[in-house]
Amino acid sequence: MSTVDTTLDRPARTPRRSAPRSTLTRSSGLALGLAMTWFSLLVLIPLAAVVVTASEGGWGAFWSTVTTPQTAAAIRLTVLTAAAVTVVNVVMGPLIAWVLVRDRFWGKSVLEILIDIPFALPTIVAGLVLLSLYGNDSPLGVNVANRRPAVFLAFLFVTLPFVVRMVQPVLEELDRDVEEAAASLGASRVTTFRRIILPSLAPAIAAGAALSFARGVSEYGSLVLLSGNLPFQTEVTSVRILSSIENDNVAGAAAVATILLVISLVVIVVLDLIQRRVAARG
Amino acid sequence: MTTYLLRLVAATYLFLLVAWPVSLVAVNTFDDGFASIRALFADPDIVVALRLSAYVAAVSVIVNTLFGVTISMLLVRYEFPGKRVLNALLDLPLSVSPIVVGLALVLVYGGRYGWFGPTLQGWGFDVIFSTPGIIMATAFVALPLMIREVVPVLEEVGVEQEQAAQSLGASGWQSFWRITLPSIKWGVVYGVVMTLARSLGEFGAVKVVSGNVLGQTRTATLVVEEKYLNFDQQGAYATAFLLAMVSVACIVVVAIIRPKNQH
Repeated sequence: MSTVDTTLDRPARTPRRSAPRSTLTRSSGLALGLAMTWFSLLVLIPLAAVVVTASEGGWGAFWSTVTTPQTAAAIRLTVLTAAAVTVVNVVMGPLIAWVLVRDRFWGKSVLEILIDIPFALPTIVAGLVLLSLYGNDSPLGVNVANRRPAVFLAFLFVTLPFVVRMVQPVLEELDRDVEEAAASLGASRVTTFRRIILPSLAPAIAAGAALSFARGVSEYGSLVLLSGNLPFQTEVTSVRILSSIENDNVAGAAAVATILLVISLVVIVVLDLIQRRVAARG
Repeated sequence: MTTYLLRLVAATYLFLLVAWPVSLVAVNTFDDGFASIRALFADPDIVVALRLSAYVAAVSVIVNTLFGVTISMLLVRYEFPGKRVLNALLDLPLSVSPIVVGLALVLVYGGRYGWFGPTLQGWGFDVIFSTPGIIMATAFVALPLMIREVVPVLEEVGVEQEQAAQSLGASGWQSFWRITLPSIKWGVVYGVVMTLARSLGEFGAVKVVSGNVLGQTRTATLVVEEKYLNFDQQGAYATAFLLAMVSVACIVVVAIIRPKNQH
């Protein structure tokens, strides 16, 4: 009797709230199984191994590893520099996207290609590239090699595409009629920008900023040749992890790596929330 | 007035940050003509490294294309529990540090203390300090790129044509090969190019898992570092130039494909 009751009851009680129904067929289910096996073996299990290894010594060991002066200095430098670079990107990204979408001039397609170069260029090459203009034999006379600005510069280079590429499509889709209406009603260009354009760009800017922060925090390759990796000076978190691995201190490496993983996860969650909000609104 | 100012700011910023530094690599490479490039190809260990990089990138592209297209189809066309979590987790490799990727793979597949490593080694299969490890590290970091390209295209294409094909009696495979694949073709090509660029250029994760053995597990990006640290600047610039050429070529190809894709 009770089974009959529940089957009758269920649709009436929670028509759409119940867990999403699976529409998988037998072959697509098999494909999902295979794909998930590969994804687990490649990504999920290894990342879980980092967290498990970090937690093996207990909270005390974890905390004392990540708060040793050298490691704490590296984490502080990485997070603060990534934050500073993100601020620059939040200003420069929409500006560049604006120029690319609204402006027309000779050579614009070259700028388009320049934006993508940091994304496709191998990071070690990126370091070498920056070193040739901002290193010892700088034609500009600006030498940041082995100094703190080198970290800032490297982060700035590798995070360049994120905000631009997030904002650009949104700006392209934006309805210009609304701007013209605002202008015809007497709004100044600044007001139109602040009240009309900026609110619609905000989610894209936020998503780009989150990605650029995450990329900065996790950067390694471009710093190898550029920053000199001096402890307490230019050593970033990734370099700290690598030197732990090379000294066979896997537990220490895993502890610091867990900090970076938590930052990545937070960024992923933030991105997901932003996407949900945009989807819900539009 | 503001238009010109903005244009000037954007162009100057990109010139100082990207265009000028990147062009200097070409200038430095050809300081003494083609000598440094020729010297590179005369060194058998470098040739092995270049070949290894190309091989690893090719396998990574194949694996990620198969995986990426499959998972994109599943995410767009089907409903299943845990889809939202999976969708978010698939972006994780983009924001994980390459060094953490390397460490994670060593912890599971390392021969000495890895979770699966000793067992696999017992079967005579080395992952870490060997080519499979390099391939896994590379496939890991490039994993989301294909999915990010294919999912929006699949969403836009819709299901009408597939349903029409199936109502006319086409099997699942037939409608995939004849209808779905041709309509997402450019998304896949774009994904392949981006995956290729990212795979060829991976450095940090490969450094951790490869062991960096000259002539065996040293890839092209590791050569750049090695040469620079050994005061062979010409060699470092020449190798960097080759890698930069490939990535710039990839971007240009994408830039040419993209407008067609949008029409």
